[in-house]
Amino acid sequence: MSPSVLDIDLIWKALGTITDPEIPVLSLVEMKIIRDVQVTRDAIRVVISPTFIGCPALEQMKSEIRARLAGIGFKQVEIETTFAPPWTTELLADDAKEKLRSFGIAPPPGGEGELIALLLLPVACPFCNSQQTRLDSEFGATLCKQIYFCDNCRQPFERFKPI
Amino acid sequence: MSTSDGIPTQALETLLLALADDELMLGHRNAEWTGYAPLIEEDIAFSNIAQDELGHSLAWFTLYQQLSNKKPDSLAFEREWSDYTCCRFVTYPKGDFAYTVVRQYLFDEAEQVRLRAFSLSPYEPIRDVSAKILREEAYHLMHSQGLIERLGDATEESHRRMQAALNDAFPQALGMFEALEGEDELISSGIFGGNAKLRDEWLGRVQPVLENATLLIPGAPADFGGRKRNHVEYLQQLVDDLQSVYKIAPGAKW
Repeated sequence: MSPSVLDIDLIWKALGTITDPEIPVLSLVEMKIIRDVQVTRDAIRVVISPTFIGCPALEQMKSEIRARLAGIGFKQVEIETTFAPPWTTELLADDAKEKLRSFGIAPPPGGEGELIALLLLPVACPFCNSQQTRLDSEFGATLCKQIYFCDNCRQPFERFKPI
Repeated sequence: MSTSDGIPTQALETLLLALADDELMLGHRNAEWTGYAPLIEEDIAFSNIAQDELGHSLAWFTLYQQLSNKKPDSLAFEREWSDYTCCRFVTYPKGDFAYTVVRQYLFDEAEQVRLRAFSLSPYEPIRDVSAKILREEAYHLMHSQGLIERLGDATEESHRRMQAALNDAFPQALGMFEALEGEDELISSGIFGGNAKLRDEWLGRVQPVLENATLLIPGAPADFGGRKRNHVEYLQQLVDDLQSVYKIAPGAKW
């Protein structure tokens, strides 16, 4: 079936059901990894931007995008990766950050500014909201996370890196 | 050879391939710590950094592909070891943890000066990729600089090991700034200011950090050769290892 501009809502809705393989509480649309969808005469073009360039989940995301669009009848899909403008944690909406927190991942801080300044802000524990937390490991189980420890509730937790 | 918009294509290809090869080899060396680093946090750190560097390598290979039409997998896994244009610095064995830390720090500072220069480049693809990589590199530098500051004068043994590592790594690191073929064209077209300029900016960044960590910069000459494909045999071993799985079934789909 050839796509038409009338299908755009349907396409976004289908894409909105694909969850991030490393953060299953958010969809690729909420993550703003899927940046744009264009409907041309014979294909759907999906523009994605990776959170971290080396993210190993990218290939899985691409195959899920193809599978989901094939599932609603669109077989001709082009996926373009862009770095301009770069994906940054500023793109995450407040409700997306709240979903991260309720999943046990401390969300990245909001607001613009030099990355290095964002890194110095206190990090609230996603479980007890205490700011008595400390960085335990600068790197974590995935490229986009670090490991913190909460001295108040004595729990380790993951934090989404500001980027 | 130039394109109509004044970009010297061949020199740009040389630059992109050198950048991609550097990231690929250092990424592989860092991955050799997975499961073996002295602390679990460092095991995680170097495994993450390895994955980042391999991703950056893919980004540079992809830009190279846009000019040359050669596929990233083929460039990474099908070349002879003597065809890579990485600097020798990234090809040496991982050594002890002190050497790995010192090499990573010196490399991370070079990434800062390179990427800052490229993110002002008039060539849009290199500018966009650099701006993105630079944000990720903030975490690498914070990590490696922190270790330099802590280990440089922590104990007698840590100081001795870090100084020995620096004695080996510093002249090798200068090899990162070996002039590229066609570099004059890259400078005159404003792609970047050239490797000599980058080296001076790099020295301006690393000298105070090393001095603060009580480490003395050795005076040995730069270990050049890699950009002209004149490598040390360690690269052959690295490439054999890097390509071993790929060569079991070339072109296999996963």
